[in-house]
Amino acid sequence: MSTVATAGAPAGIQVRTPAVDAATAVARARPHVSIGETVSQTFSMAWRALKKMRRNPEQFFDVTLQPLLFTAMFAYIFGGAISGSPTKYLPMLIPGIVAQTVLTTCMSTGVQLREDMEKGVFDRFKALPIARIAPLAGPMVADLVRYLIAAGLTFVMGVIIGYRPGGGVLGVLGAIVLAIFTGWALAWVFTFIGTIARNARSVQGISMLILFPLTFLSNAFVPVSTLPRALADFVRVNPVSHLVSASRDLANLGVISGEAGWTVLAGLVVIAIFAPLSVYSYKRHI
Amino acid sequence: MTKEACVYAHGLVKRFGELRAVDGIDLQVGQGEIFGVLGPNGAGKTTMLKMLATLLRIDAGQARVFGVDVAREPHRVRQLVGVTGQYASVDEDLTATENLWLFGRLHGLRAADARATAKDLLGQFGLEEAANRPISQFSGGMRRRLDLAASLITRPPLIFLDEPTTGLDPRTRGQMWETIRGLVADGCTILLTTQYLDEADQLADRIAVIDHGRKVAEGTPDELKTSVGSSTLQLELAPGADQDLARQVVWRVVGREPVLTPESGRMNVPLETADGAADVLIGLRQAGVTITAVSVAKPSLDEVFLTLTGHDTGDADEAGETVRDEPFLEVR
Repeated sequence: MSTVATAGAPAGIQVRTPAVDAATAVARARPHVSIGETVSQTFSMAWRALKKMRRNPEQFFDVTLQPLLFTAMFAYIFGGAISGSPTKYLPMLIPGIVAQTVLTTCMSTGVQLREDMEKGVFDRFKALPIARIAPLAGPMVADLVRYLIAAGLTFVMGVIIGYRPGGGVLGVLGAIVLAIFTGWALAWVFTFIGTIARNARSVQGISMLILFPLTFLSNAFVPVSTLPRALADFVRVNPVSHLVSASRDLANLGVISGEAGWTVLAGLVVIAIFAPLSVYSYKRHI
Repeated sequence: MTKEACVYAHGLVKRFGELRAVDGIDLQVGQGEIFGVLGPNGAGKTTMLKMLATLLRIDAGQARVFGVDVAREPHRVRQLVGVTGQYASVDEDLTATENLWLFGRLHGLRAADARATAKDLLGQFGLEEAANRPISQFSGGMRRRLDLAASLITRPPLIFLDEPTTGLDPRTRGQMWETIRGLVADGCTILLTTQYLDEADQLADRIAVIDHGRKVAEGTPDELKTSVGSSTLQLELAPGADQDLARQVVWRVVGREPVLTPESGRMNVPLETADGAADVLIGLRQAGVTITAVSVAKPSLDEVFLTLTGHDTGDADEAGETVRDEPFLEVR
């Protein structure tokens, strides 16, 4: 049974000082990841996600085409009916489209995570001594770029077809920042779905079920006063409505209203619930 | 370092629903050893390795790596073990350099150090020319090498290799073996799984044979071979010979079950001593079983396996060509 310790050095090869020393390695192994390491690992993961984005430009289809298409489509189809003319509808519509595109972008965060998790490299990530949150949060940091493109392009498209934001550049920037934050916060919901669903397709399915009521049962496209009572009640508590109202106040009036506060609060609550849930579920998956 | 084994496992169990994929395995791997875990597809090798590598939860039993409890301190264990999976676990969308750089960064190396380490490892593994090519253009052997390189970034003292040569051609296999021996010479301990008997025979200092989640035998390759008898009588029965009768004769004469391949009429009889061969032959003659070829040989690990588990390892012969499509969980 007993085997020669430090066997292995075959005859003919002179014995050299072992390059690997188990005792030192054991002594050096730390029990936990520090906050600083977690942040650095998250950024390394974000670097990976950005590299992948650059090599798969089709990932940008949704964030570029959707704002362009939806802004024009909705403005010309609903503009006349809701506000009398497309141009008059734009101040109401643009912040709504921003919210909608950002939410759609969140959804692909979950889908892509699921696809990614099925690849062999995730086995290595799990075996590495890194914070469990890093592989989840890294791609989400990289996705900030996508939110920025989606929100920015929507405003650009709006301006092209005649939108003149009353809140000026600062107001618009404020609205964009708020939309990015909300998108990032809500992305944790879809990341969680990504960790529990069986495959990428079911992530897509479940996400759609959440996404549609959230965006359409809001004040994004129509005035709440036109809705039946029960629906109006839901629309008023929907966080997307708060985001839309806050963006309108910022972009059109240049005002940071109480709605912005509610939006940020809702975002923080979502992160507080779904970030730990996602990490827990990711850990359990292994 | 105290006398604590590099890998210590006691009564390891993993359940997937009703199935006990790993069913109470004990394991002790000493420092500087190459320890081979041998078993057919679905035996529970990968599952066991994944539990030891903190990739699967341990349902029952205990596991320690250098004295560190795997279930209680997974983060410490991850710093001590390099894991190379059955299928290359590197990022398809990144180049070889980028992959190693990323893993280096994740291990806490500074950007410049990560770059230097990546360059160094690519050189050691003969991948310099392919350094900036995307992995999707890599051959199977190159992927394996890159994968192993990625496990060595922090020079872990213990390395788990899950079927390191499955799907490789014989030449690349030989290179991989050389690399593994080199790692041990540098002071590493290696725990590897394989379904190839010759691989276990060539590389491993000790072997545990696993079947249906249980350990059926353990020892040095030589010990395992002698355990089935000192030699083997290899017979080829004439076409149409009564195989069942032949089996009964062998059982009566040497008191052991022969290993029979019905299609080719080949029969292997484990013997205590080579002398027994004559008794078997006389017995067969008297029973009227005709033989076309006879030889006496030392037993191969193949026979060890058959004797221990009662079934074949599967495709041990076409080592290089087989490509399996069940990468991670080999348990159903």
